[in-house]
Amino acid sequence: MTITNPGRKGRFGWHMNAVGIIGAAIILFWMVVAIAAPWISPYPVGKIVDFDYYGPMSSQFWLGTDYLGRDMLSRVLMGARYTVGISLAAVTLACFVGVTLGMIAAVIGGWFDPVLSRFLDALNSIPSLMFGLVVVASVGSSMTVLVLTIAVLYAPGSYRFARALAVNVNAMDFVTVARARGEGTIYTIREEIFPNIIGPVLADFGLRFVFIVLLLSGLSFLGLGVQPPNADWGALVRENIGSLSFGAPAVIVPSIAIASLTISVNMLIDNLPRRIRDRSD
Amino acid sequence: MGKIIEIRDLRVEAKTDSGRVVEIIKGVDLSVADGEIVALIGESGSGKTTIALTLLGHTRPGCAITGGEVVVAGRDTVTMSEAQKRALRGTEVAYVPQSAAAAFNPSKTIMDQVVEVAKIHHLMPLPEARKKAVELFKALALPEPETIGQRYPHQVSGGQLQRLSAAMALIGDPKVMVFDEPTTALDVTTQIEVLRAFKSVMRERGMAGIYVSHDLAVVAQIADRIVVLKGGEVQEVGTAETIINQPTHSYTKALIEAFHPKGRDPDARPESAEPQPILKVSGLTAGYGAVGSDGLPKFVILKDIDLELERGRSLGVIGESGSGKSTLARVIAGLLPAAKGSVAMDGVSLGQRTKDRSKEELRKLQIVFQLADTALNPNKPVGAIVARPLAFYHGMGGREREAEVDRLLDMVRLPKALRHRLPSELSGGQKQRINFARALAARPELILCDEITSALDTVVAAAILELLDELQRELGLTYMFISHDLSTVEAVCDRVAVMYRGEKVEEMPTSRMQSGAEHPYSKLLIASVPKLDTGWLDGLHQNPAISEGMNRA
Repeated sequence: MTITNPGRKGRFGWHMNAVGIIGAAIILFWMVVAIAAPWISPYPVGKIVDFDYYGPMSSQFWLGTDYLGRDMLSRVLMGARYTVGISLAAVTLACFVGVTLGMIAAVIGGWFDPVLSRFLDALNSIPSLMFGLVVVASVGSSMTVLVLTIAVLYAPGSYRFARALAVNVNAMDFVTVARARGEGTIYTIREEIFPNIIGPVLADFGLRFVFIVLLLSGLSFLGLGVQPPNADWGALVRENIGSLSFGAPAVIVPSIAIASLTISVNMLIDNLPRRIRDRSD
Repeated sequence: MGKIIEIRDLRVEAKTDSGRVVEIIKGVDLSVADGEIVALIGESGSGKTTIALTLLGHTRPGCAITGGEVVVAGRDTVTMSEAQKRALRGTEVAYVPQSAAAAFNPSKTIMDQVVEVAKIHHLMPLPEARKKAVELFKALALPEPETIGQRYPHQVSGGQLQRLSAAMALIGDPKVMVFDEPTTALDVTTQIEVLRAFKSVMRERGMAGIYVSHDLAVVAQIADRIVVLKGGEVQEVGTAETIINQPTHSYTKALIEAFHPKGRDPDARPESAEPQPILKVSGLTAGYGAVGSDGLPKFVILKDIDLELERGRSLGVIGESGSGKSTLARVIAGLLPAAKGSVAMDGVSLGQRTKDRSKEELRKLQIVFQLADTALNPNKPVGAIVARPLAFYHGMGGREREAEVDRLLDMVRLPKALRHRLPSELSGGQKQRINFARALAARPELILCDEITSALDTVVAAAILELLDELQRELGLTYMFISHDLSTVEAVCDRVAVMYRGEKVEEMPTSRMQSGAEHPYSKLLIASVPKLDTGWLDGLHQNPAISEGMNRA
C-alpha cells in the first residue's frame, strides 16, 4: 500500500543527518590536514627537538614527544599524508577496478565470467602481507608501489562483492529490455546496473578503506610500509608502543587519529543521503 | 443464526516513511454468520487484506488499529494481549496465504509443517495429528493422501501446495478461515480444483470464512455474501447473486463491466486486400541448458512452433504456466537463441541474438514485460526511461527529444508532469503505461506483450487494454499478446494460438474461441475460465470439456 506524498523532495532529496555530517566533517578535516601538513607542522618530521623522550603535552609540544624526543604533532600531521593519501588512493583504485570488472562479468557472462572469477580468486588466495613483502622486497618501497600493491590485493574482494550484486540486478526485466533494445555493455553497466548497486558498493568501500588502513599499518610494522623517518599512523603506534606504560600521549594520539578516520568514514557511508544510499528501494 | 465475526467501526492507520499518518481503513462494519463465507473484494490498496489480518489480531508493520472492535467468536482481538492472540491464531482463526510456495519451508517435509500448528498449540499427540492431516488431504482431494506428506514442497504442484496450505490451516479446527487471494497465482485449470476443494471442505464443516480476492468471478463461486471495498471503506454489501446481477454502486458496476470485454469486431479494421505477414516463425525449437549431441538443448521448452502474424493484427498466445509462452517471446526478441527453425520479419530472416540484428530490425520489434515494477529501472525518472529509445534509435536530443517524450506520455494518457517522477512514485497502471510508452518510443511495428495486464487490478487492466486497442488503430501496430487470461486475449486479439507443453496445439480466430475449439486442451482451458455466475463452479461437472480435459491431464 503505497501512499504517494507530493512533498517528498526533502525526505528523498539530498538531506543528510547529523551523524553523516559529523563523519564528513572529520574526513574533510583530515584531508585538509594531509594537504596542508608541511606548512602547518611546527617542527621538521625527523628532527629530535626534545632531550626527554615520551614527553607529556606542553605548550611547546602540544601532543608531547615520541621515543626519540621528536614532536608528535608534526609526526601525526605528516602521517596523515601517508595514511589518508595511500589508503584513499588504494581503496578508490581497488573499488573502481573491482566493481567495473564485477559488473562486466555479470553482464557478459559466458566463459568470461568464470575465467575472470577464478583468476581473481587465485589472486585473493595469496596472503596479503606476504604479497606485500615480496613486492616491496623486489621493487622497493615507494608511495606508488604501496598504492598499487594494496589495490591489487583488495580489488578481488571488491570484484566478488560487486559481481554478486550485479548478477541479481542483471536478472531484472529492465536490463533484459535494454538488451533487447540492443544496448552495449558499457551503457548497460553504467546506466542500468551501477545506479542500482551503488548503495551496498559504498558500504563496502568504507569497510575496505578501514581494512587498508590496518594493512598499511601492518606493512609499516614490518618495515615495508612508509620508510623512516617518515611514518604513517600505524607506524607511529608501533614505534611508540613502549610508552603505553608511561601513559604518554605518543601512542594514544595516533591511535585516536586512526580511530577517528575509520569510524568517520563508516559514519559518512552509513548516513549518506537517501538519494544515493537507498537507490534500489 | 449467531455471528461468528463482528467488526464494528474498524479504523487502521499506517505511518508512511515520511512520518505522515494515513488512515487506511476508515470505519468498516462487517459481520459474518456461522457457516457463512464472505468475500472482500476490491483493487489493491483498498484495504481488503488489512481487514482480513485484523481477524488474526495482526497488522502489517507500520500499521496500527486505532479504533473499533473485531470480535471473533465472542472475543475482541483488538484488546487481546500478545499471548492471547497467539492462542487465537491457528485454533480459532486460521490463515491461507496467497503464495503457498512462500508459505512453506523448502527444507522440511510437508507433513512436518502441516502438523506444526497442532504441535505448537499442544492440541493432540503427533500420531493423531498426522492421521488427521491425512484425512484432510483426502478431503481436499489431494493425490496419494497417505504419502504426499512425506514429500518436500518443491515436489508437488502449485495447486496442490495451495491445498496443502489449507490443510495446514484446517488442522487446528479453526472456527474461521481467512483466505488471502489463494488462487490468484494459479492457472485457470488448477484454480478450479483448488476452488472446488476449498468449497467442499468449508461446506462439509460448516465453517465461516473470509475470502479476499480481486477477482469477482472467483468470488462468485465460493462466497455467500460479497463486500465491495474501495479506499478503506465499504462501498456495497450484498449476496453474491445481488452484487453480480444488480450492482448499485458505481465502482461495483465498473468491476463487472471490466469483466465483460467488449469483444473484437473484426470487420471494424481497415481491410487490406492481401493479409501481409509481418512476422513468420517456422519450425522453432528452443530451450535451456547445455546443447547435446543431437543439437538440442537439455531442456527443450519450445517444440517446432509455426506462427504467422499479420500486419496490424493481434495474435494472442495462451497457455498455462510452463507452456513456453514467454520463452517464445524471448526467442523472437533475440534474447534466447533458437536451436532450430527461424524467425523472419518482413520476409527477412532475423539473427539469433540481438547482437546479430541490425538496429533497424531491433527497433521494429519491441517487447513489453509483465511486471512493470521490475521492467523499469527504479533509479531513473520516467522522462529518462522514455527518452532513451529516442536517443538510441533515432539519435534525438535536446528539445526535440523532450517534446517527443511529452507526446509519448500524452499518447499513453499520462500527464506530462509525471516525467520527473521515479517509477516507485507511480501506481501499477501508470508504470505499465510508461513501460508501454518506452516501447512506443522506438516507433515499432510489432510489440510483444508478455502478460502485461496480469499484475494489474481488473479495472486498471481494462483501461490498459482499451489503450492498446486505440494505439493499434492509430499507429497500425501489430501485437503478439501473451497471456494466461483468456478474457484479456479475447478483448484485444484477432486470432489466438493455444500452447500446451511447448507445442502449439491450435490456432483459431478469437470469435470462434468459445464454440470452435477442437483440441481437448484448448477446450479445457476455455471452459476453465470462471464465469460471472454463482452456479458456474457447481455446474462444471456436467461440462464435457472439463471432465474430458481433466482426465487427460
